[in-house]
Amino acid sequence: MSGETKTIRTTYREAVRMGLCEALRRDGRVFLMGEDVGRYGGCYAASKGMLEEFGPERVRDTPLSELAFTGVGIGAAMGGMRPIVEIMTVNFSLLAIDQIVNNAATILHMSGGLFNVPLVIRMATGAGRQLAAQHAHSLEGWYAHIPGIRVLVPATCEDARGMLRTALEDPDPVLIFENQTLYPMEGELRADAEAVDIDHARVMRAGEDVSIITYGASLYKALATAETLAADGIGAEVLDLRTLRPLDDTAIMASVAKTHRAVIVDEGWRSGGISAEISARITEQAFYELDAPVARVCSAEVPMPYARHLEEAALPRLETIVATVKGMVHPHG
Amino acid sequence: MTNKQVRPAIDRDHELGLLRQMLLIRRFEEKCAELYSVTKIRGFLHLYIGEEAVSVGVMGSVAPDDGVVSTYREHGHALARGIAPGAVMAEMYGRHEGCCRGRGGSMHIFDAATRFYGGNAIVGGGIPLAAGLALADRMQGRQRLTWCFFGDGAVAEGVFHESMNIASLWRLPVVFVCENNLYAMGTAIRYAQAVTDLASKGAGYAVASEAVDGMDVLAVEAAARRATEQVRGGNGPYFLECRTYRFRAHSMFDTEQYRTKDEVEEWRKRDPITFLTSRLKEHEALDDAGLASLEGSVAEEVAAAVAFAEGGSWEPVEELTRFVCSDRSNG
Ligand SMILES: Cc1ncc(C[n+]2csc(CCOP(=O)(O)OP(=O)(O)O)c2C)c(N)n1
Ligand SMILES: [Mg+2]
Repeated sequence: MSGETKTIRTTYREAVRMGLCEALRRDGRVFLMGEDVGRYGGCYAASKGMLEEFGPERVRDTPLSELAFTGVGIGAAMGGMRPIVEIMTVNFSLLAIDQIVNNAATILHMSGGLFNVPLVIRMATGAGRQLAAQHAHSLEGWYAHIPGIRVLVPATCEDARGMLRTALEDPDPVLIFENQTLYPMEGELRADAEAVDIDHARVMRAGEDVSIITYGASLYKALATAETLAADGIGAEVLDLRTLRPLDDTAIMASVAKTHRAVIVDEGWRSGGISAEISARITEQAFYELDAPVARVCSAEVPMPYARHLEEAALPRLETIVATVKGMVHPHG
Repeated sequence: MTNKQVRPAIDRDHELGLLRQMLLIRRFEEKCAELYSVTKIRGFLHLYIGEEAVSVGVMGSVAPDDGVVSTYREHGHALARGIAPGAVMAEMYGRHEGCCRGRGGSMHIFDAATRFYGGNAIVGGGIPLAAGLALADRMQGRQRLTWCFFGDGAVAEGVFHESMNIASLWRLPVVFVCENNLYAMGTAIRYAQAVTDLASKGAGYAVASEAVDGMDVLAVEAAARRATEQVRGGNGPYFLECRTYRFRAHSMFDTEQYRTKDEVEEWRKRDPITFLTSRLKEHEALDDAGLASLEGSVAEEVAAAVAFAEGGSWEPVEELTRFVCSDRSNG
């Protein structure tokens, strides 16, 4: 083994693509299936060139039949393959949610452990590109409600590539949510393929005064918030959850025990969302550590509007997060 | 296809009207593409260029109180239905004066006056709505029809099949108009359908069906008339497959790796606008000066739509959470 780790500069999109290519090269049972993954190269170009390398059997364009091809993926997984099903966007996964919730998540349990479903489903999520109310929601929190599936939310290039590998080693269904605004993001990546841990949240910036708990594209708003707050002498710790189910309670509570204040930033809606779950767990497990009530910055409770100014107003904003933190740290101004 | 009948004699004013409508859609959308590149229009933008004969041919049979259900590729449907171009353009700008106050954008055009029930961006999402609107009419003793547009891609979705079955079973007054442009995004129909003759799908549901040349506005018009007779007669739904082609990319993000330039060029030779223009010229119902004046009046209408959108305002941010639930204050 050579001592130094070579890193490359790449994009999140390319990191996803590398992860996919490595997976197909490594294991003959792995194949990619979804709408426009082949000839079109993926609706977010994440599988560009893969058809040429792996052929139409393993980079399989499907008809517009989300319910069926997701179910086909479940069946193929039970039959010994290792499918990666791509659903274009989380809003379209609602056409497939029956198969995900009623089959993928339950078969191991219903069969008393006889049959497991080693399936990976990837999809884009999130808003910010003026795609309006049928293309821009963040429903990953719903899936985190479901026992029997694991929910991953890679926010970095490293996770975009590495989480796929770990997910494919999992004997049970794993859902991976890629925030669509991240695809063009640049970042550093180890040149050698590495599986990454998918059990733990990660402290992306250490701080003493407040914990900003977040995931996905909101991570970058949280980091920008921390930067802004630092100028005012407030130390914000930023925790990237990385996995929404199971949640890394230990990491969340450790951070809260250190800072005594928690703000959760989530592009999903507040009511019944993953932010509510995190808040409840902090209350249950770290209530006496808190110096202030847990706060949440979420999307406005409205279907995503098209107009840019309305969409911006609907999403968690830097200023709102900053103001929320300041209100907690200096409640009397 | 059943449109091999002898061409009717020319009906000058009527056909010039069809030509003008197709030109309006074409020039309006060319403008949209331009405005997209300068970021006046954002989000997803799907152009209908090449397919104008379908909406214009069908819309002539849509009675004033009929309903229309559409897709995200719906500017052509909206304009042919008579929604003001300014209101559509302003919507794409995200303006308060847009037909949906800027909340919907290009993919979600709605209009109450013309019973235009959207712009739906979930493929196949509108199909059962059309059956439901028709059910409501039937249950309330109204005679009107519902016209439902969707693409060839939507035919692969379960909801298409479930809706066809329900509509036929309950004899609902729906005309299903499938715009078969041979592609669902980058997937050619041969990679998506075991049976590519879509009109044949009706038989499995006992729905009267036909396929028509969707590049020929007169053929589409005649087929839509046949559909109307059938459905207004209380015989249940009709499935009309219009064979057409989109000349432009699927959306503004598409690099079109999945088809050849030659294929597009072949289809461009069958441009529905050129086709009708030539026919009118052959019959001496239109000359170059006439065409120029038609283009001039269309250009003015498009310019007025853009001016309307440019002059619009932004809805106040304070109104963000309006329309999540209905306003009950004046009940
Ligand atoms: C349920 C669902 N799946 C996927 C998409 C993404 N998508 C948008 S348009 C489209 C192609 C649809 O093709 P078709 O029905 O033939 O209509 P066309 O775009 O050709 O007019 C796809 C896959 C979507 N909007 N909804
Ligand atoms: Mg199509």
